[in-house]
Amino acid sequence: MKTTILKIVRLASLVGHRAMEIVRYSGGLSILMGQTLFWIPIPPMRRRQIFEQMSKIGVDSLPIVTMISMFTGMVLALQSAYQMQRFAAEMYIASLVAFSMLRELGPVLTALIVAGRVGASITAEIGTMKVTEQIDALETLATNPVKYLVVPRFLALIVMVPLLTVYADFIGIIGGYLIGVYKLNISHAVYLKNTWDPLKLKDLYTGLIKSFFFAIIVCIVSCYEGMTTEGGAEGVGRSTTASVVISFILIIASDCLFTALFYFIGR
Amino acid sequence: MIEIKDVYKSFNGHQVLAGTNLTINTGETTVIIGRSGCGKSVLLKHIIGLLKPDSGKILIDGKDITKMDEKELNSIRMRFGMLFQGAALFDSLNVLENVAFGMIEHTNADEEAIKKRVKECLALVGLKGIEYKKPAELSGGMRKRVGLARAIALRPQIMLYDEPTTGVDPIMGDSINDLIIELHNKLKVTSIAVTHDMTSAYKIADRIAMLYNGKIIAEGTPEEIKNTKDPVVRQFITGASRGPITEGIDFEHLI
Repeated sequence: MKTTILKIVRLASLVGHRAMEIVRYSGGLSILMGQTLFWIPIPPMRRRQIFEQMSKIGVDSLPIVTMISMFTGMVLALQSAYQMQRFAAEMYIASLVAFSMLRELGPVLTALIVAGRVGASITAEIGTMKVTEQIDALETLATNPVKYLVVPRFLALIVMVPLLTVYADFIGIIGGYLIGVYKLNISHAVYLKNTWDPLKLKDLYTGLIKSFFFAIIVCIVSCYEGMTTEGGAEGVGRSTTASVVISFILIIASDCLFTALFYFIGR
Repeated sequence: MIEIKDVYKSFNGHQVLAGTNLTINTGETTVIIGRSGCGKSVLLKHIIGLLKPDSGKILIDGKDITKMDEKELNSIRMRFGMLFQGAALFDSLNVLENVAFGMIEHTNADEEAIKKRVKECLALVGLKGIEYKKPAELSGGMRKRVGLARAIALRPQIMLYDEPTTGVDPIMGDSINDLIIELHNKLKVTSIAVTHDMTSAYKIADRIAMLYNGKIIAEGTPEEIKNTKDPVVRQFITGASRGPITEGIDFEHLI
């Protein structure tokens, strides 16, 4: 009896401890988000840093976004062809690829790529600055680290992730087109007509709204993990892993939430 | 004048500062000595407002910085220069941009004036022709000198040195000591250094204070500290492995 009570108490304490960690972490993210929004309108604008970050985040991500979106568009077309051919409905492959890319895969895949490629590098860079006292040095030089480090990355991400998403949508559709026209022998005109005709502006902007919020998630999580890094090189590694894993979880979870929201709003 | 009044600070239940009191007079060089991990750097970070005490006051010319908001604190920080233990140069910027950082951020000086001042500061620490090198291309000693040049670029009134001679060879260490003395004489700054290097402490200090168990247990001129009868201070300054500081540690077992 006594051991059972002890086990229950230990379990309750573990659950409580975990719950407190989640609350503390969410609080930390919210405070960083609030500080970032506070510092955005305060000069100086640091245009050079914003453009540098835009180049790192956007331009440097183009090759991997191209490759993954192209293959995804192709795989989508091939997988749907497998089912559609049974009903002689191949011509709908075009719209299925376009809808899937614009509403779901374009924003989510782009966000995951950016979280893995850019988010990890942001955490590693800021984390290294933290453990080598460079962030303290910024403060001693009367410079706010959120203004100097987070704001340029935030602005660059919220511009570049939606732009990369539009690019990924387009490349994915091209991937589907290549399979549809050259492998499944759907005519060029029919494929294009079935791609564009059923699409509405709403399909594009629901994807873009998602990508905007995904960009915020990647920025705040990666910067927060960087700024709370402790414990030298090992700590930087730990924070970088945590940054990618937490960004992935939050992107997928918020995608589910947004999809449900748009589904019920759109009904 | 800098006054540290009854400062307490703990991290995760571990008490680091436990009622620390210290007064640093304007224009003097004060060296805070103590064992590694005793809280010297923590104390230094309190003086520039990087850490806030759990309780107690830190007065800079009579103003309590623990109660200040960020804007007020930044205006106080403009009067400080700090040399970090590992120099803490910004990796992504070259030497010129590192030294010019404060001027770019907080002054309206034009590019030419900034470059001129950077050259002056680098010359003051004995460096030239490295403006366009990245910190990763510099040796440990050079990094410390660049860190020092960055710290003095905005003509501070108070200089903080965190372990200035740690991590460099003895010759470079002594040349950093000479630099600290030279800067002190030329710029007439109030200096606070934390170190466990007694050679450095005796050379640069006007006054030495020892931090032990979160408190300042001894304070005086280098001569007074050298001749102290306090067994704890004596063990530390002589570097003896046995004494009151290491009481209870079984050295036989360690060997």
